[in-house]
Amino acid sequence: MLTVEAIHTYYGKSHILHGVSLEVSPGEVVGLLGRNGVGKSTTLKTIMGLIHPTEGRIVFEGQPITRTVPHRLARLGIGYVPEDRRIFRLLTVLENLRTGLDRNGVTEERKKVLLDKVYQYFPVLAERRYQAGGTLSGGEQQMLAIARAMMLEPKIILLDEPTEGLMPKMVTQIREIITLLHQEGVAILLVEQNVPLTLAVSSRIYIMEKGVVRHHATAAALRSDDSVIHQYLGV
Amino acid sequence: MAEQLLIQLLIGLSSGMILALVASGLTLIFGIMDVVNFAHGELFMLGAYVGTTVLVATGSFWLALLVASVTIALLGAGLHITTLRPLLGRDPLTTILATFGLSLVLQNYALWQYGPVARKIQEPITSQFQFFHIQFPWYRIVIALLSAAIIGALWLFLKYGKYGIWIRATTQDRIMASAMGIPVPLVHTAVFAIGSAMAAASGVLFGPLVGVNHAMGLDWILKAFIVVVVGGMGNLAGSILASLLVSLLEAFASLWVSPAQAVIVSFVVLILTLLFRPTGLFVPTPK
Repeated sequence: MLTVEAIHTYYGKSHILHGVSLEVSPGEVVGLLGRNGVGKSTTLKTIMGLIHPTEGRIVFEGQPITRTVPHRLARLGIGYVPEDRRIFRLLTVLENLRTGLDRNGVTEERKKVLLDKVYQYFPVLAERRYQAGGTLSGGEQQMLAIARAMMLEPKIILLDEPTEGLMPKMVTQIREIITLLHQEGVAILLVEQNVPLTLAVSSRIYIMEKGVVRHHATAAALRSDDSVIHQYLGV
Repeated sequence: MAEQLLIQLLIGLSSGMILALVASGLTLIFGIMDVVNFAHGELFMLGAYVGTTVLVATGSFWLALLVASVTIALLGAGLHITTLRPLLGRDPLTTILATFGLSLVLQNYALWQYGPVARKIQEPITSQFQFFHIQFPWYRIVIALLSAAIIGALWLFLKYGKYGIWIRATTQDRIMASAMGIPVPLVHTAVFAIGSAMAAASGVLFGPLVGVNHAMGLDWILKAFIVVVVGGMGNLAGSILASLLVSLLEAFASLWVSPAQAVIVSFVVLILTLLFRPTGLFVPTPK
C-alpha cells in the first residue's frame, strides 16, 4: 500500500536520508527502530510531504506521492502523529478534532460516529472536549494527537514516538490503542524508542542506522533472537 | 466639564470602532501569515473609490459598500496569489518589500485613474442629534455600530465556523494544519481577501467624513499599525481594545490641545508600549 523507494532527504545542506526504502501492506503494523538521530522522524516527515526528497520515490496505493503536498496526502488517507504532538494549543479539544473532521463528503451522522468512537477510546478527551488543547497533560495531548489523526479516517497512520516521556500507565493505554487501530484494519508505521512495545505490536521491523535501513526482519524473528537489536540499538 | 468629557467619550468611541475595523483586517493577515501588509491603506483607499463610482452610478450608499467590499476582496485574493503566495516561507523582509511595492503601485494607479482632486461620498444619513451643546451626526454612530457589527460577525465566524477553525488552526501551526488536510494556501488567500474586504468597507464608511483621494490610506494605516503593535501583533481582541484606547485618549487629549496635536498621544502610547511591554498591552504575559 505504501512503498518508499531509495529516498534521499536533506535538511538544508545536511544529508539526512541516504536512500531509505521500506514498505507497508494494508492493515499492517510496521516498526521503525533505530538510535536517536538516524533519520526515523525524517522518514515519516518525508512520507507526509513536509520535506520533499531530492531522489527516490514514494507510492501510496499505486499513486506516486513523492511531491504531493501534505493536505492532499491527508485527504488520500495518510494520518500523521508527530513526535512533538503539535496540538493546536489555543483550540479546544473538540476543535482540534474538527480540523480533521470538517472535510467534504462527511455527513453529520458520520461525524458523530467518529467522535463517539474516539470519546469511547479516550474518555478523558470527552470530559475535556471544551478545554483548550494547551491545558492538557502530556499523555492527554498524545491521545488527542492520535484521536485527531483518526478523524481523517486514515488508511495508514504515521506514528512518531507516541510513548516518549509518558508514564507506564499511559504507555499501556497507547499500546491498547495501537492494537485497536490494527483490529480496525488501519495500517501503522510506528517509530519508537520503546523496543519491547514495538516488537509486541508490529509484524515487521526495519532498523535504521545513519540514514539507511540496515536490517529488516519479522518481529517474531527479532523476539526470538535479540542479537540484532543488541547490535544496532545497544539494548 | 462633565458634559465635555461625555462628548469626547462619544467621539473617541466612534472613531475607535472605525479604526478597529481597519486594524482587524491588518492584524488578521499578520496573525495568520506573518505578512505585514503595507498595502492595507491602499485597499482602504481603493475601496472608497469603488464606493464613489458605484454611488454615482446607482445612488445607493449601501450597494456601494457591498460592491466595494466584494470587488476589493477579489482584488486582494488576486494580489495574494500573484505576489505573496510565491514568497511563502521566505524571509519576512521580502513580503514587506512586496506589499510596500504594491502600495506604491496602487496609490499611483489611483492617481492616474481618478486624478488628484478629492472626491466626496455623500453620507446616507445626514441628520444630527443634540448632544449637550453640540450637534452630533447620526452617521458617526451608524458607522461605529456597523464597524462593531462587522467585527462581531468576523469573530463569530472565526469562533464557530468550519472555516474559522481552519483559519485559527493555520494561525497556530501552519504545518500541522496542512497535515490535517487543511488547504493552507487557500486559507491564506481567503484571509487576505477577508482583510481586504474589511479595509474596503472601512474606506467606504469613512469616505464621507474625510473625502476620497489617492493618499487617504496613509493616515489611517499609520494609526492602524500603531494599534496593531500596541494590541499585540496578530491579536484580534488586542487590536480592537487598543483602537478604542488610543482613540479615547486622543479624544480626551483634544480637550486641552488642538486635535492635530492630540495625534501625538498615539505615538506616546506606542513608544511606551515598545519600551515596557513590547509584546503588546492586551496579550497574556509570556511565561
